[in-house]
Amino acid sequence: MAGILKLRVTWLWLFLIAATVASWEFGHGLGFGENIRLSTTAVIVIAFIKARMVILDFMEIRHAPPGLRLLLEAWTLGVATTLLALYWQSA
Amino acid sequence: MSEHTARRTPHLPGETGVWVFILGDMLMFAAFFIVFMFYRGEDVALYAKSQLTLNQHLGAVNTFLMLSSSWCVAVAVETARGGRPRGAQVWLLSAMACAVGFVVVKFFEYSEKIAAGFTLTSNDFFMYYYMLTGLHLMHVLLGLGVLNYLWFTLRAPPAASTLRTLESGASFWHMVDILWIVLFALLYLVR
Repeated sequence: MAGILKLRVTWLWLFLIAATVASWEFGHGLGFGENIRLSTTAVIVIAFIKARMVILDFMEIRHAPPGLRLLLEAWTLGVATTLLALYWQSA
Repeated sequence: MSEHTARRTPHLPGETGVWVFILGDMLMFAAFFIVFMFYRGEDVALYAKSQLTLNQHLGAVNTFLMLSSSWCVAVAVETARGGRPRGAQVWLLSAMACAVGFVVVKFFEYSEKIAAGFTLTSNDFFMYYYMLTGLHLMHVLLGLGVLNYLWFTLRAPPAASTLRTLESGASFWHMVDILWIVLFALLYLVR
């Protein structure tokens, strides 16, 4: 059981929990004062950084065939960018 | 560093067929995320007002449960690779416990909303809320079945195919985690 501290995924898990707490705070509008747009941008960016970490290290795509990694990186970047563009267009 | 992390040759975690399914699912959800954000832009006030009635704490608790469950599965895979199927089974059980916790919280959350009069037909926000979280919940329930199956697979004498099956199931479960990470941000936090 002590071996789990040696695993990269354990440290990533702790980071993911911390990132969730941070985005939760941004969801309350903290961090950028009254600037809701910046808080929401932070929320979306953090969510996709978390998603990418799960993809690369929990799913082990870091060591997957390059084609699959490319597809998943494109998914992350593409969806994040589209959501941010739609958000900024509407706000 | 584990043996796997140090490995240089590319390695597909799981079976090709499972990956076709995972990618298809991720594309489908990507479309839903984008459609949600588009329609939110058409009526920001309604979405913002409706979102205020959601219980952010329950959403955050479920995010912690989902991340933890995903982590337990990642450790289970590493443990099985280290030749310790019994240890891997314990990690899978922990993952299942987190997943059951997620389902319980979700039902509590749904009943809270329904009791307050917010249903699928209340407005567009709630239609997406129930549709997206409901579809995700179906994936969680399916995932619970998968994790349970993996647990039984590890009871048999270890074979190369066991690890492959374990990786396939783990990849599916991590996808369920990824989809929730985005859903939590979109439904509960985007303002």
